[in-house]
Amino acid sequence: MKNFKAVGGRLLQLALVLWAVVTILFLMFRLMPGNPMAAYIDPTFTLEQQQQLMAQFGLDKPLWHQYLIYLGNLLQGELGQSFRYREPVGQRIWILLPNTLILTFSSLIVAYVFGILAGAYLAWRRGSWVEQAAIPLVLTTRAMPEFWLGMVMLAIFSFSLGWLPAGGTRAPGNEYSGFLDLYTSRDFLAHLALPAATLAIYSQGLPLLLMRSNMLDVMKEDFVTMARIKGLSNWTVVVRHAARNALLPVMTSFAIAVGYQLQGNVVVESVFSWPGLGRELVNAVAASDYPLAQGAFLMIALVVIFMNLLADLLYAFLDPRISHA
Amino acid sequence: MPEIAAPAIIKPRRPNIIARMFRALRLPMNDPFAVAGLLIYLVFIVVAVFADQIATHDPTEILYTPAYDLAADLRPGQDGFIMGTTSLGRDIFSQLVYGSRSALLIGITAAFMVALIGSVIGLVAGYFGRWVDAILMRLADIAFGIPFLPFVIVLAAFLRPSIWNVVIAMALVLWRDTARVIRSQVLTLRTRGYVEAARVAGSSDFKIILRHIAPNILPLSFLYGSIAIGWAILTEASISFLGFGDPDSISWGYMLQDAFASQALAKQAYYWFVPPGICIILVVSAGFFITRGYENILFPKLSR
Repeated sequence: MKNFKAVGGRLLQLALVLWAVVTILFLMFRLMPGNPMAAYIDPTFTLEQQQQLMAQFGLDKPLWHQYLIYLGNLLQGELGQSFRYREPVGQRIWILLPNTLILTFSSLIVAYVFGILAGAYLAWRRGSWVEQAAIPLVLTTRAMPEFWLGMVMLAIFSFSLGWLPAGGTRAPGNEYSGFLDLYTSRDFLAHLALPAATLAIYSQGLPLLLMRSNMLDVMKEDFVTMARIKGLSNWTVVVRHAARNALLPVMTSFAIAVGYQLQGNVVVESVFSWPGLGRELVNAVAASDYPLAQGAFLMIALVVIFMNLLADLLYAFLDPRISHA
Repeated sequence: MPEIAAPAIIKPRRPNIIARMFRALRLPMNDPFAVAGLLIYLVFIVVAVFADQIATHDPTEILYTPAYDLAADLRPGQDGFIMGTTSLGRDIFSQLVYGSRSALLIGITAAFMVALIGSVIGLVAGYFGRWVDAILMRLADIAFGIPFLPFVIVLAAFLRPSIWNVVIAMALVLWRDTARVIRSQVLTLRTRGYVEAARVAGSSDFKIILRHIAPNILPLSFLYGSIAIGWAILTEASISFLGFGDPDSISWGYMLQDAFASQALAKQAYYWFVPPGICIILVVSAGFFITRGYENILFPKLSR
């Protein structure tokens, strides 16, 4: 029962965070200097036409009224019209979201499979020269600017060697009949390879270091010593007993990594002209397309907040020794 | 969590304040990683301070070859340009040298802000507890819900382009990690005997925090500060790369953006876009290495 109360508290906290982020977003976009419509209003418009447009977007009302309209619209899932595309923001985001999610998950899955295996290996070979060399190397990958790594990958694999395409999701002129058709085509996968590899190289450090330190902790536990006393082989002890238990916290970190990755995507998508949420956010901000920028920001924030929640809950459910609070 | 030794109570005479501060930081001088990190910092600080003497050209000046042609896209060593020139005829080596200035300026101020705000909030929340703690920690939850890089982009786009945008954004959002860790540390510190003794002796809350608790969390603040230096430099680079940086200041991120926009990748101009990246990696990993040295002191359980 204690758990139910705790989960309830956590959901209340979630509601508070959601409301606060939504409000901060509103204030950021409304209190900025300059007319938000400046980019949209044609200089040849008469004053009357301009005011009519302002009224159409609700910009003639007092701030508190705008805020209520904004909250009401959000609750109905209404994100407004993009200035640039002249289409609903929600629709635009819906088109871009799959691209971002495919990039995020494909790179993270590669990063986690590699990181978990390499982390377990390094824990097992602790103190060896391999470990001595690997740890600074891993720390260095965490210190790289992701977009710079992307630039180097592009220069080598695309411009020097010509193995992979330089940007976008498909070769010009290629049309695909459906969703699945596009995402499983060779063309798409070739375009995915470089950005996904860039993000994977950057992300593998977290699961690797976590797995290594968890393994080292678990190896000291009584049940591992017990398994050794029982005369089980080294392999069985490491894989069946230690690695399994060390894996739990690494898996919960996956949820947090998704949130972080989505923020990092902003730059990597820009380097590879990957039509995802992050690149759209950058373009929308640069072009003063505020409704679209606001929608993209909100979408990213939502994923971050829900992933944080998921990580908390997973952590508590997978490891009963931890109580909520 | 290991015990953190209380500062020695009996001292024959007061050593000067700087030596005391330095000792309170407990710099991990016997950890090879940490020493390497500190050395890297030292080298970049020297380069930044003496940038005027080290740089061979004005980093923003458009240069010409002895034959009076625009010195554009020269390879390293050509016509005496150590690392070559950009597409607009600017000296890459000099830009790299001056880039260390903005990197350190942003890195150190942002780290100071993050460490200061995070420590103060952590101290207050942990020491006073109850509703003060509840409010401050809910604020931290909210800060955790804000996607950082998108936040900086929007902020940088709305404010005037300046290198300080990154510092402001970090001060507004990134105090959250430091504050949480310091708070939990303060929660254990405030139950210690010497804190209780000070309270019984009639010390004010302010004095207890400042004299008895703050010195013990200083190394933790410094640890989070050295991580924040790296974050600030990486963030500035990302923001400049996306075109929201200060066009008047030469930074490594600006150099990378310039190279990317000028087709340096297609031109195979590795001498142009690789060095700024290496510099960023060096400074940021120096922070990580120092952090590792600290963790060995503060959390001996982790070190093996």
